[in-house]
Amino acid sequence: MKLAKTLLAAAVVVGSLGGIAVAQDKVVIGVSVPAADHGWTGGVNYFAQQAIDRLKVTYPNAEFVFASAPDAPKQIADIEDMVATRGIDALVILPGDPDAMTSAIKQVKDAGKFVTVVDRQLSINGVENLYVAGDNPGLGANAAAYFKEALPDGGNIVILRGLPIPIDQQRFDGFMAGIKDTNLKVLDDEFANWNRDDGFKVMQDFLTRFPDIKGVWTQDDDISLGAIEAIKQAGRENDMFVVGGAGMQQIIQAVAAGDKLTPVDVSYSPAMIATAIELTTAHLVSGVQVSGRYVLDSTLITKDNAAGFLDASSPF
Amino acid sequence: MSASAPDTAAKPRRGFRIDLKTAGPLLALALLVLLGITLNENFLSYSNLTNVLARSSFIGIIAIGATFVITAGGLDLSVGSMAAVIAGVMIMVMNWLIPTMGIGWGVVLAGMLAGILLGGVAGVFNGLMITRGRIEAFIVTLGTMGIFRSLVTFLANGGTLSLNFNVADVYRPVYYDGVLGVPWPIIVFAVVAIAGEIVMRRTAFGRYCAAIGSSEQVARYSSINVDNVRLLTYILQGVLVGVAVLLYVPRLGSASSTTGVLWELEAIAGVIIGGTTLKGGYGRIWGTVVGVVILGLIGNILNLQSLISPYLNGAFQGVIIILAVLLQRERLTS
Repeated sequence: MKLAKTLLAAAVVVGSLGGIAVAQDKVVIGVSVPAADHGWTGGVNYFAQQAIDRLKVTYPNAEFVFASAPDAPKQIADIEDMVATRGIDALVILPGDPDAMTSAIKQVKDAGKFVTVVDRQLSINGVENLYVAGDNPGLGANAAAYFKEALPDGGNIVILRGLPIPIDQQRFDGFMAGIKDTNLKVLDDEFANWNRDDGFKVMQDFLTRFPDIKGVWTQDDDISLGAIEAIKQAGRENDMFVVGGAGMQQIIQAVAAGDKLTPVDVSYSPAMIATAIELTTAHLVSGVQVSGRYVLDSTLITKDNAAGFLDASSPF
Repeated sequence: MSASAPDTAAKPRRGFRIDLKTAGPLLALALLVLLGITLNENFLSYSNLTNVLARSSFIGIIAIGATFVITAGGLDLSVGSMAAVIAGVMIMVMNWLIPTMGIGWGVVLAGMLAGILLGGVAGVFNGLMITRGRIEAFIVTLGTMGIFRSLVTFLANGGTLSLNFNVADVYRPVYYDGVLGVPWPIIVFAVVAIAGEIVMRRTAFGRYCAAIGSSEQVARYSSINVDNVRLLTYILQGVLVGVAVLLYVPRLGSASSTTGVLWELEAIAGVIIGGTTLKGGYGRIWGTVVGVVILGLIGNILNLQSLISPYLNGAFQGVIIILAVLLQRERLTS
């Protein structure tokens, strides 16, 4: 996060210096994201629109086309329309399903557009000019490091996973590698689909099944919220702790307040879409060099640093 | 939805006759319970059973409404999205009323009233479009499904609507507490199911639904007001979605665009597993209850074992659903 902010600040400063000299025609930037089907993607939509509103003021000659799609075919249709009818110069895309969309995104690149891919790796290397993402293996590894520290003598833990897509696997592998050679025992892992209701159900059943659970890793704060209700219902909130991920405000507030049930969280901010849009716009408007890979850290949020992650205006 | 061609297959006239078709869903349920017992000793524990039943109660109450709609030859795909938008509006109404009414049951009751009313209004809209607008139920409710889903996303600004923490504390017991250890959702589910069974079997409305579903023309010639009966089924569906949401909101105190996703398909699946025919003409409420409990148990059993890879959960679910219906279909030929 810090790295990105520095880069961003540099980009914006350079951009504002060069901006005066470049009095070119309008540039059009297409922004395509998945529909708000859970809290995190909701955050992506919010931060994307917020960035667009802000950048429109900063760069009067930049124009944005924003589209939000519920599935891969719709998202492909969106970007085809952007190229064919809206004449975009650049595309910022968070692909809902990166494997399914790789060839469609490559066509945009082949048509000579600047392509920025956010969060999810395409199946072919070198398609995108700019890649901005969170650190998924790091999210798992940081959570694992906390489990090792909190349970030095080991103990039983359960894992609630997201959806069966590569991101989830990277997080899971990162976590499992982190707890290798410890006495931490994973009793079971089940998919809770990054969804509160499913988090509630899966946790209820884990509680029925296992009388001794010391820790719960949900890797997502939406799942955490459901799991926490199930734990409270069973009256076992003093037996275990829950570690989520993403940095949802509600959870960060609990962390800041020193809640024993949610002692820490791991950041994975949907605001990365805003970083990507800003960098892309700076490049197009002012010719700032931004090509490359930008990976935002998945930081461990504890009681001590939680204040820095609080943002009252964020809907996520 | 209903075909004008007469149905040649002889339908069982009374639901109480003991035949194997009747026992089909019960047999599937019994097999599932046996499977659960062998997989995990905690399966039959009181807390597990109440967990599963309370969780199933939302879908169950909605599915009872769907039984009437489907029996009358209709279909309502909008119930999941409708539930989400009702939950969202209820939360907004309650948060909005706090400054004037203070924290307490007054706010909660006002929220509940708003939920039921909105459900009824949504049902009236669906019903009028279908009966007076003469549009296929599938299309109308596919349309409202999208409208309601977008509305809740819009109201939540793409994020999550959360109920004020203090009100949530007042409201919470509606999901978690109950009478004599039986949680409220289960009690409400049971009351709605018994009332539904009586309405379906013992009232003119129930018989009209079946008559319309089996042949709209004949029903019309028998001077049944087809449009009004149909309209009523959609209103009943809407109100029951409202009732389900009353029980859903206190559980997590939040609503987002993921609330109620695919509930419509789960409700319809529960209805069909229970022995109601998808093309209408025959419906049974108790079957729907069994169907919904079967669906709830499948999810529960999958979480209670480690034998089946979580990647295959969907396949297991599909197999059980098809088997449950197959058990009934075989009876027809024998």
